Amino acid sequence: MSTDQWPLWEVFIRSKNGLSHKHVGSLHAPDAQTALLNARDVYTRRSEGVSIWVVEARHIHASSPDAKEPLFSPADDKVYRHPTFYDIPDEVGHM
Amino acid sequence: MKKNIHTQGAPPLLIYTLRLADNAMILGQRLSEWCGHGPELELDIALSNIALDQLGHARMLYQYAAKQLGPDYTEDDLPFFRDADSFHNLLIVELPNGHWGDTLARQFLFDTYNYFLYRRLCSSADDTIKSIAQKAIKEITYHAQWSAEWVIRLGDGTQESHQKIQKSFEDLWMWTGEFFMADEIDCQMAEYGIGVHPEQLKDAWRSKVEEILDIATLHVPDATWYQRGGKQGRHTEYLGYILAEMQHLPRMYPEAKW
Repeated sequence: MSTDQWPLWEVFIRSKNGLSHKHVGSLHAPDAQTALLNARDVYTRRSEGVSIWVVEARHIHASSPDAKEPLFSPADDKVYRHPTFYDIPDEVGHM
Repeated sequence: MKKNIHTQGAPPLLIYTLRLADNAMILGQRLSEWCGHGPELELDIALSNIALDQLGHARMLYQYAAKQLGPDYTEDDLPFFRDADSFHNLLIVELPNGHWGDTLARQFLFDTYNYFLYRRLCSSADDTIKSIAQKAIKEITYHAQWSAEWVIRLGDGTQESHQKIQKSFEDLWMWTGEFFMADEIDCQMAEYGIGVHPEQLKDAWRSKVEEILDIATLHVPDATWYQRGGKQGRHTEYLGYILAEMQHLPRMYPEAKW
């Protein structure tokens, strides 16, 4: 390892079976295996999860904040796209 | 007024329990010195976690030791009201932390020993030791994996990290013989099926250490002579300083409460 900083990794934790992984934060680590160990120590100390994903931050491609209007504004006035006109039975649980 | 607990002539089960407890306590105390000083935030948290796990193991074992002593004793009396010659930890856990490589090398050598020991203790004939071991082994398995990964990365890292951790292993090697030296208490506990005969751990430990050092491109040091005495209460000067820091508050204010 050189004097450069370790690469940044984004951490995703699945809190229980049946739910999806959620982004919880980031950390530094020299490689994937140690990133997983670090994630376990930094983000799952209070039984937060049953599964960890790590991905090097440079592999994530993000939408540009400048493109916010064309990307997202058109959806604002299309209320009919929301499934709010249905009654969802309680038994369905997570949607 | 609290009175000092002396373990000279104590029953073998109590001494055996304290050997396990004191290893966990003194190593936990040592490792906690790194808290806030780790080389990276993530490693600082990882090592502090390990320190806390060790403290947790020590608490369970001290509770058991206090029960053996009788109703007048609590788990706190054992770490706080004993002098160095009544502590029974291995010498290696009381050594100063040194640099990060020294700490990792010691951690790897000890974790690997502790892993094979506790795996066997999971089937102890003593129900309390058995249930403590079954709880602790999950954490100890993680510790052993963590420290092995880091030994590999420092050994197979830069030329400087390689040289430094190789030197750490050379310096620590003479303290590893005590893992496998049996005395009368070890033999008796093994005979009852309560404890493990230390010599039976040696092959598994040796082959794991050789495997990891090989991956780490390090060589296993040679030693012709090993330090001994911690289990019997004969310690290095370092333990006295650890105890002074750990014990001064409860000894000055024995009734102090959180």
